[in-house]
Amino acid sequence: MSMTMSQKILAAHAGLERVEAGQLILCKLDRIHGNDITSPVAIREFKKMGFEKVADPDRVTLIMDHFVPNKDIKAAQQCKCCRDFANEQELESFFDVGRMGIEHALIPEEGLVVTGDVAIGADSHTCTYGALGAFSTGVGSTDMAFGMATGKAWFKVPSAIKFVLTGALPRCVSGKDLILHIIGMIGVDGARYKSMEFTGPGARSLSMPDRLTVCNMAIEAGAKNGIFEVDDVTLAYEKEHARRELRIFKADEDAVYDATYEIDLSELRPTVAFPHLPENTHTVDEIGEVKIDQVVIGSCTNGLFKDMAEADEILKGRKVARNVRAIIIPATQDIYLKCLEAGFIRDFIEAGCVVSTPTCGPCLGGYMGILAEGERCVSTTNRNFVGRMGHVDSEVYLASPATAAASAVLGRIASAEEVLK
Amino acid sequence: MKCTGKAVKYGDNVDTDVIIPARYLNTSDPRELAAHCMEDIDKSFHAKIAPGDILVGGENFGCGSSREHAPIAIKASGISLVIAKSFARIFYRNAINIGLPIVECPQAAQSIEEGHEVTADLDAGVITDVTTGQTFKTEPFPAFIQNIISAGGLVEAAKAGIIG
Repeated sequence: MSMTMSQKILAAHAGLERVEAGQLILCKLDRIHGNDITSPVAIREFKKMGFEKVADPDRVTLIMDHFVPNKDIKAAQQCKCCRDFANEQELESFFDVGRMGIEHALIPEEGLVVTGDVAIGADSHTCTYGALGAFSTGVGSTDMAFGMATGKAWFKVPSAIKFVLTGALPRCVSGKDLILHIIGMIGVDGARYKSMEFTGPGARSLSMPDRLTVCNMAIEAGAKNGIFEVDDVTLAYEKEHARRELRIFKADEDAVYDATYEIDLSELRPTVAFPHLPENTHTVDEIGEVKIDQVVIGSCTNGLFKDMAEADEILKGRKVARNVRAIIIPATQDIYLKCLEAGFIRDFIEAGCVVSTPTCGPCLGGYMGILAEGERCVSTTNRNFVGRMGHVDSEVYLASPATAAASAVLGRIASAEEVLK
Repeated sequence: MKCTGKAVKYGDNVDTDVIIPARYLNTSDPRELAAHCMEDIDKSFHAKIAPGDILVGGENFGCGSSREHAPIAIKASGISLVIAKSFARIFYRNAINIGLPIVECPQAAQSIEEGHEVTADLDAGVITDVTTGQTFKTEPFPAFIQNIISAGGLVEAAKAGIIG
């Protein structure tokens, strides 16, 4: 029986020669992580289970990124709970204000998850690290507690959908447009319980930041994980970031997939997901005049240096439209510094944007950019559900950094091509 | 396991942001979370339900964030069972892990209307719409998951040494 790439990684971590779709298995975990929202619940459950020490402190990571620097007293209490636990458990990899970044940007950057790992995180966008050729998936707090206590997690082995990518992305089109296109095509539950495996010459042409963005939003199609085949781009990235030895897994030639889609990257257009589901996609060519009030560029989906560079190309020497608030959030301290050195921060501020310390804040309507009734936001984040970024009658349009920056300049949803022409 | 209650019904893709909006995630207290359960999709949720009532959803129920606060809020609201056409996977495992009974049954989720009296016997695999007299068969959980549910969730299962 042949296996998909995800199945091979899971089998190796379950100590089994082979696994098949639907099988329930217990896997050893290389990384267990949580944030300031999900970890306090996990810590409570960990204690309820009667455990005193985590199985392996080197594999447990806590990142304070959602509501920090603390937005209110309750958020401060939650972070304190995490901080006390990290100290008590002697967790080396505890990222507090000053060291922290948005978890799914920070974890690959710090080399905490590497090629071939099985990783769980108490955050749905944990599927991001599939870009590295790892199996990673989001879980809840109780799974995190169980993972911290035992070093293991239970999984139902997923079947997979294969995406064979050809061609190369045109100018002004990025990984974000690709994943929005795919979600528009298969729907928000199109890959429910399944792996999304990306392969083909087009996949090899994608940069690591684009791959991270694509895998980050696999969950928005309902997927258990997204994963890219390991190639030279992966190895070059890991040479710089990995702290452990890589394990390279490849799908069997005759692996069986539930469906196979071929996508020619060169045919993609800048794509925007309209409220209130990520599957409500339109290409910029089909959009009429949609005036906006706010733009957010950042998040675990699009807060990487490449995303900032794409925003800078549009914003440098231009001005944000009157009546638009533009909020830019580099995802980690390191990315922030690189933006500073590259002159982006000056460009952003001169254009009329605000630049924030890393935080998930506005993406989930936490703080740092809440929307009022009736307001519209173009955002490089990952969800546009009802009330996601604030008032229940506000609207979120998901787009790439280039599209978001162009929209900020023109005050309506617009493509980067329109600004750069 | 047997559940009896009145049905409260919603559509497809009920996401965790409407089950418990992120503005309330600065706490993990079940009672506080329950107070805001479903408020962005249905302000009258609490006025409608009594302890033991059954929540009926469409496709992809619980999609979105991994926040365990979502099934916790539903459970602490007094809902005894969630029936849906399908569940998003993280919500599905969170519900099992915290001991909120859930069952996938497309026919029942389609037919049962809001306000109907419903009984469910999950061990026998039968849901009954008492108001219409219709019955629906459900698939039993695999033994591995049944063991977690029977123990009362993953914490209790781990404590009892059932898995790990």
